[in-house]
Amino acid sequence: MSASTLTRTSAPAPQTLRHSKKFDLKPSTAVVYFISLVVVALTLGPVVYGVLGGFRTNAQIAENPAALPRPWVLFNYTGVLTNPDFWRYALNSTGIAVITTALVVVCGIMAAYPLARYDFKYREGVFMVFVVGLLFPASVAIIPLFILITQNFHLGNTWIGIALPQAAFALPTTVVILRPFLQALPQELEEAAQLDGASRIGFFWRILLPLSGPGMVTVGVLAFVGSWNAYLLPLLLLGPQNKTLPLGVADFSSEHGSDTAGVFAFTSLAMIPALVFFLAMQKRIVNGLQGAVKG
Amino acid sequence: MTDDVTTAAVAASPATSSGPAGPATRASARGAGPALGGRRRSGAAAWRKRAEITFFVAPALVLFFMFVVWPIVTAVQISMFKWKGIGPLVDFVGLQNYVSVLKNTLFTDALTHNLIIVVVSIAVQLPLGLGIALLLNRKMWGQGLLRTLIFVPYVLSEVVAGVVWRQLLVPDYGGIDAIARALHIPTPQQGFLGTPDIALWTVLFVLTWKYLGLAVILFLAGLQGVPEDLYEAAQLDGASWWQVQRKITVPLLGPTLRTWAFLSMIGSLQVFDMVWILTGGGPVGRTSTMATFLIYQGTKSQAFGIASAASVILFVIALVLAVLYQQLILRRDTHPDQPRRKAKR
Repeated sequence: MSASTLTRTSAPAPQTLRHSKKFDLKPSTAVVYFISLVVVALTLGPVVYGVLGGFRTNAQIAENPAALPRPWVLFNYTGVLTNPDFWRYALNSTGIAVITTALVVVCGIMAAYPLARYDFKYREGVFMVFVVGLLFPASVAIIPLFILITQNFHLGNTWIGIALPQAAFALPTTVVILRPFLQALPQELEEAAQLDGASRIGFFWRILLPLSGPGMVTVGVLAFVGSWNAYLLPLLLLGPQNKTLPLGVADFSSEHGSDTAGVFAFTSLAMIPALVFFLAMQKRIVNGLQGAVKG
Repeated sequence: MTDDVTTAAVAASPATSSGPAGPATRASARGAGPALGGRRRSGAAAWRKRAEITFFVAPALVLFFMFVVWPIVTAVQISMFKWKGIGPLVDFVGLQNYVSVLKNTLFTDALTHNLIIVVVSIAVQLPLGLGIALLLNRKMWGQGLLRTLIFVPYVLSEVVAGVVWRQLLVPDYGGIDAIARALHIPTPQQGFLGTPDIALWTVLFVLTWKYLGLAVILFLAGLQGVPEDLYEAAQLDGASWWQVQRKITVPLLGPTLRTWAFLSMIGSLQVFDMVWILTGGGPVGRTSTMATFLIYQGTKSQAFGIASAASVILFVIALVLAVLYQQLILRRDTHPDQPRRKAKR
């Protein structure tokens, strides 16, 4: 797995380096840096403003909305961190995201395998089902889903009740990303495995699964962050006890509308886990998307 | 080729006699190769293959049909009833809900807003994203860091980003108004989100901020796939940097750009979270979208029949646009020299 990761990440790099040396001379590097910094400032500005806002008092914000904290105060953040609601929301978000991710990755890789490497009559048809699934907005199905989860399955207000539909809606993306990924594994590997007497299931377990690590990480992170950030489905399905962080942020910001600094602190802390998780995995995500978009 | 024929023949014989485990496994493994040895497979091996396929695909299909397809079918059913969400579906009204949705100016306005969001998102993010991607696709110190930072807004949940922007855009006390004051730029009295004529443009600005990073990252990924030798050839011909970008990079990036535009289009039709948090569809419905309309009808008015009709219309619009896009634009990405890729489409 590490070997395949290495080849995937290192292969494109030399190309870029060589090509840029030759052709990117004209817009000088200083200009590029300047534009990049402007873009990054616009991109990060609101986030940084929110984080810094949490270190200010409401009086400071009212006095000069665009100033730095002076003095820096910690009580907004300590207030959130000692708020049991915040931790309950975080626990709910984590539980739901972990179940969703597990469901998506397991079902996704299993479905992608025959769709990528078996030859059967309905293969393209089944794949099209998932491709069309990309078009299904959760909002279209939201009312029947609400009835199905709460009345038919009695799973309203539970982690699994959110995770199941979230996983189902994440499956199309997962299959669409994983299939070309699995197709790209060389045919020779499969032939070699056959010569050694491996069945297709043996090939799946012993060769394909270990080699799909990067692909599974990609779809897993996408599913995790998607679930972590979801709003509409939890909004309708979860009661006050089981809110997730986005619901908590939305409620906190409307209930404490005048406490701008408190809202900034709450919001900033809520964004940390997904941000850290995603940035740690960023390289792999990009590699995974590369395979999906090039097709 | 002769090897394939013999393997198929060998594979076929044992199953008819006794069917020991070894060769049968061998035969099924053989079938994995695309279009090889498929025709002469024995009954047992074929059955086994079918069982394997079912085993692998079933969990995903069950999940998908139960929680995606079935609810959508149910939405179609509910859309033909007058229903307050309680009790059985009895009050059948046929297509009346559809008629009232399509006659409702709140819905047609929302649809217009969605179409504006589709067009403006693509028209703004495509050149901007491409420009930044080309800029960052060069050797420079901190390149990886820059790429990562530009991606940050995309990672945030729409709720979190929306709440921060809402605070930033509060009239007078928000950061944006403060900066504008410092630069002596006049700001609208009711705020950027509260003034009917500019609210939608403000929402579009925030959406661009949120999703530009995705465009940049995807375009950068696509740039990795442009073959190096083309650049070398162009350089030998004495092409300038601009010519290279226009004649080589952009055309070769075509499939990436078209796929991105497709994703952007579908996403723009479904916009909900950000609008719901920023404006709730206001002021006076000037930022409403189809999704905010149907959620409002469903949750606030308990008009589930109307809400379902709106959701079916949203789905049909998305489907029609997707099929048109596929037929008119994505089609050209089918490469005859790559049968596998072709199969995917």
